Amino acid sequence: MTGMFGSIAAIGAGLAVLGAGLGIGRIGGSAVEGIARNPEASGKIQTAMIIAAALIEGVALFGVVVGLLGAKA
Amino acid sequence: MQHFSKLSFFIRKVAFLLAFLGISGFSFANEEKEFNVSEMIMHHIKDAHEWHLFGPEHGGTSIYLPIILLDGGIKTFSSSHFYHGTPVSIENKESGSSVHYVKGVGPAEGYAMYHEEIYKLDKAGMLQFEGEHPHNAQPMDFSITKNVMSLLMGAFLVLIIMFTVAKFYRKNGAVAPKGLAKFFEPIIVMVRDDIAKANINEHKYHKYVPYLLTIFFFIWFNNMLGLIPFLPGGANLTGNITVTLFLAVCTLLVTLFSGNKNYWGHIFWMPGVPVPMKFFMMPIEIIGIFTKPFALMIRLFANITAGHIIVLALISIIFVNKNIAWAGLSVPMALFISILEVLVAFLQGFLFAMLSALFIGAAVEEAHH
Repeated sequence: MTGMFGSIAAIGAGLAVLGAGLGIGRIGGSAVEGIARNPEASGKIQTAMIIAAALIEGVALFGVVVGLLGAKA
Repeated sequence: MQHFSKLSFFIRKVAFLLAFLGISGFSFANEEKEFNVSEMIMHHIKDAHEWHLFGPEHGGTSIYLPIILLDGGIKTFSSSHFYHGTPVSIENKESGSSVHYVKGVGPAEGYAMYHEEIYKLDKAGMLQFEGEHPHNAQPMDFSITKNVMSLLMGAFLVLIIMFTVAKFYRKNGAVAPKGLAKFFEPIIVMVRDDIAKANINEHKYHKYVPYLLTIFFFIWFNNMLGLIPFLPGGANLTGNITVTLFLAVCTLLVTLFSGNKNYWGHIFWMPGVPVPMKFFMMPIEIIGIFTKPFALMIRLFANITAGHIIVLALISIIFVNKNIAWAGLSVPMALFISILEVLVAFLQGFLFAMLSALFIGAAVEEAHH
């Protein structure tokens, strides 16, 4: 039974990573586009990008932690 | 089940690289009974009462850290009384698995250690297990564990470096910096300008710069120490949820105590929305106060722990396949992740300080409508 829990937790962690990957990919793409259009604003764009990426990553890590707890149970 | 310390991993890593040049197909299958990856990883990211130096886990060389228990009076003794105690193994008849713990000897008599947790023995001198969890009473454990030791060393390092830097400016005034000050000035200026000034009101940010500097350097230094696989490092301090909880609570308290009328007004009586909406917004905003530092706590904990897990898992590839040739794959991959972790160590310190500044900035902002 514990093995079963482990595999479901792994699927959960994978889904969390999938969402975060999509989100951070979009942010990175848009930021690069923005910097290409207006290179002078690159500092501000980078800061905003890192904050937004951190917020997405935070949610994804909730998923990973829940997966870790699920794997332990 | 044999565990390896990070140091012995490091030594083995080097030894494998050397061996890889000469001998191939070297197998050490007979050395261990069974290698359990997840158990080994969990053991390494957890706190411990000893600081392992080198050699195998049982019979290797460790620094035994002091154990301080509050159990009807303060009891202090060395953790060697557990690590060199009496091993006990209980077979679970239903599941067929067995649990192993150690009974303390000498001054540790009457206590047992199971997975680095200390329990009181019952009248029969046993631990009573329910599944894998003992339900014996636990004494209050104030021990100087590996994480506590690492925290003290990290804090000491930050103090020494920052006092040295401060002394330079006190002695020489505002001149072009030299030595340590030369290295740290751009980083300190970055925290002041890009973190504090950029997110907190122009006229109020001065007050918060010391806090943000402390948070940033403490997290960064301890992240870096955690990446070193042997003595000054090797503890998973910033990947310990209690440590990150405390850091997040600090940010929460600073935010709450610097909140002005405008901030509390936005929480309890949101301006600019219809009155029924204000009642809905209030509980959401109150929950919001706590979810922000909660996310800070989880972010740092999960990032650092995940980094340690990945490095350990990549090194484990060799042990799972029981063949030295796998080191050719595993070591470069572990090296790559380790270098990535150097970036993550900085980034997580930066993010923690940055988001703290963002929350403080929102709390001290004046009404502008």
